[in-house]
Amino acid sequence: MAAPQVAPVETPDTVEMPGDERLWVTIVWDDPVNLMTYVTWVFQKLFGYSQAKAEELMLDVHNKGRAVVSSGARERMELDASRLHAYGLWATVDRA
Amino acid sequence: MSMFRRRNGRVVAVFSPDEVRVLRKVAGEVVGLLTDGFERDDPVVDRLFPDTYPDDPASSAELRRYTESDLKTAKIDQAGAVLAALPADADDTGAEVRLDGEAAEAWLRAINDARLAMGVRLQVRADTDLGAELAAAERDDPSSSRLFQLSVYAYLGYLQESLLGALLD
Repeated sequence: MAAPQVAPVETPDTVEMPGDERLWVTIVWDDPVNLMTYVTWVFQKLFGYSQAKAEELMLDVHNKGRAVVSSGARERMELDASRLHAYGLWATVDRA
Repeated sequence: MSMFRRRNGRVVAVFSPDEVRVLRKVAGEVVGLLTDGFERDDPVVDRLFPDTYPDDPASSAELRRYTESDLKTAKIDQAGAVLAALPADADDTGAEVRLDGEAAEAWLRAINDARLAMGVRLQVRADTDLGAELAAAERDDPSSSRLFQLSVYAYLGYLQESLLGALLD
């Protein structure tokens, strides 16, 4: 059944984001075994970060216990976490 | 102890027979852990295959169904790269290992997996002083398995650092 014709509805101001775009993050946690130089190298290797950016993230992991290393759609973050696991880093995925 | 060095676009190291035996042993143990010895509730397995969603076991288990097999294969392959580069019967002369970029990266990941596994077994923590642990183990019992394991763990860290340095040189 078609609804009775009424005045045009107003377009809502907010638009639903398609999927979970940019709502998720990959987190790397500190662990006592991985070498600092190795962790820096992995960040450069997997994410294409500059040496400076990779070192900054590595030091965040080391000093603060964790760092967000990437953000984006949930499936992308799951892939990032899996790639980090292949390199032996302790990575998890969470909502941003 | 051997060092990796860069030579003609490759990283090269010469290992003594003892080093070859130790490296083959630890790589073989990682393969064993990932194949016949694979136990989900082993803390080493837990460390090598961490939950992606620590607060959501169901989502972690669901994701694992899709990712664990590939991850396991990758880890077996990288340990295999170490075994493939070393002679099974290390004679008195040891072995020279020459790795291209891809093999060197496989070695880095494999050594890291071995260190993670040993780190869990040896209960290495953030405040662990490896030198002090080695001295204490030596004092307690110079023939103990713990002293040997700690020595191998320290050696692998040294080797990994050396390999990474040569790769980035």
